[in-house]
Amino acid sequence: MALRLTSGSQPALIVIGASLGGLMALRELLQQLRPDFSIPIAIVQHRHRDLQQQLVASMQQGVRLLLREVEDKDELRPGQIYLAPADYHLLVEADCLLLSIDPPVSYARPSIDVLFESAADAYGERLIGVILTGANQDGAIGAAAIKAKGGLVLVQEPATAESAVMPAAAIAQTCVDAVLSLSALAAQLNEFCEVCEF
Amino acid sequence: MSQTAMERKTVNLEEIELELLLEGIYQYYGYDFRNYARASLKRRIRKVLEGEGLSQISALQNLVLHDSAAIQRMLLGITVNVTSMFRDPSFFLAFRQQVVPLLSTYPYIRLWHAGCSEGQEVYAMAILLQEAGLYDRCRIYATDRNERVLQRAKAGIYPLGLMQQYTQLYLQSGGQHSFSNYYTAAYDSAIFRASLRENILFSQHDLASDGSFNEFNIILCRNVLIYFDPVLQQRVHRLFHESLCRFGILALGRQESLRLSPYAPDYEALVKSEKIFRRLS
Repeated sequence: MALRLTSGSQPALIVIGASLGGLMALRELLQQLRPDFSIPIAIVQHRHRDLQQQLVASMQQGVRLLLREVEDKDELRPGQIYLAPADYHLLVEADCLLLSIDPPVSYARPSIDVLFESAADAYGERLIGVILTGANQDGAIGAAAIKAKGGLVLVQEPATAESAVMPAAAIAQTCVDAVLSLSALAAQLNEFCEVCEF
Repeated sequence: MSQTAMERKTVNLEEIELELLLEGIYQYYGYDFRNYARASLKRRIRKVLEGEGLSQISALQNLVLHDSAAIQRMLLGITVNVTSMFRDPSFFLAFRQQVVPLLSTYPYIRLWHAGCSEGQEVYAMAILLQEAGLYDRCRIYATDRNERVLQRAKAGIYPLGLMQQYTQLYLQSGGQHSFSNYYTAAYDSAIFRASLRENILFSQHDLASDGSFNEFNIILCRNVLIYFDPVLQQRVHRLFHESLCRFGILALGRQESLRLSPYAPDYEALVKSEKIFRRLS
């Protein structure tokens, strides 16, 4: 299956949302990305506000690309993976990442919807959104926002997710572009990266 | 025009409407939001739109330029930063352990809470300083751009339901007493002790347009600059540099940095992980 962005151009950013079971799923996904993967990735993984630095360290295990917990106004750089810090929303602008302490959205801060909606605003057709395992419905509205602005949405196959609620909610909310296992998701993302090299 | 081109046009139109709204508010009322970080500002403005039952930013522009009550509602909607007392308890713990000993040698301490919003952090710091035995030597300036928000800060009344969470954060921050000593419960409110307010001066100050007004030993500005774009951040860093004495302390939010400050070389990190800096020259 050859998924392409409507614009035919290279993806500028990949945004990923994960909740319950996300740490394992993210690690598995990120480990399978090519070492020269060049599209920046921004991730919201739900977590308790007391778990600060540990998440980056444990997610980095076995992942060759460099993970970084976002600091305000970080620039998006190729091949870098950005993780939303605990207790902050992560938003995307045309050239940088920003944070806010606005109230939680559907009890979540960071919220996947907030990341996805702002990324859809900033990148439109050059955006890929990915929804992984989770036990709530965060990300469904954001996935719809990405679709409305012409981006692509990929979802972890609910049957393969530790918790199927979140991927299923995204699938129910909007017409997603592909429903895949983690390995197939990684292969698909690698393929986008090949496209962007010519 | 294809569907996607239409979509793209919608995006651009909203950007234009937003520019016009901010320019209009600046020219008519003098409130300058033009250098607020766009993505977070846009989210807040969409929320204001929802509250007003409007669907387009241009409609909001029409409303707020002709209705002074509406502009006040909008200002509240886009300027209030709701934080909690002792947010990031590790910061307050580090402050107790590493900043308080430095301050103990000062005969007189001037402290500025820049962008204090509803005051949660001001009261938290006042509690810390009382417990450290420094409060009587302190003069605390708590400023915000929004007068109504300042009134709330001055009142020091917060929802009682939050006290359980605040108590936990207080304890994690190294709190030495019973947190409930600091407030009186009345119906569903917690009213903070007036003695915490004795040395606090609440006043209006706009980081986007006002200048330096005093020289301080400590400037606290946590999770405020995240709402500003790099241009405005640089302005504020200049203002802080003009307002901080030598060896003065600057405390930023956990995920903020001096990266965008032209004065970064003048500071050293006192507690790197908590973004507590000390001015050296």
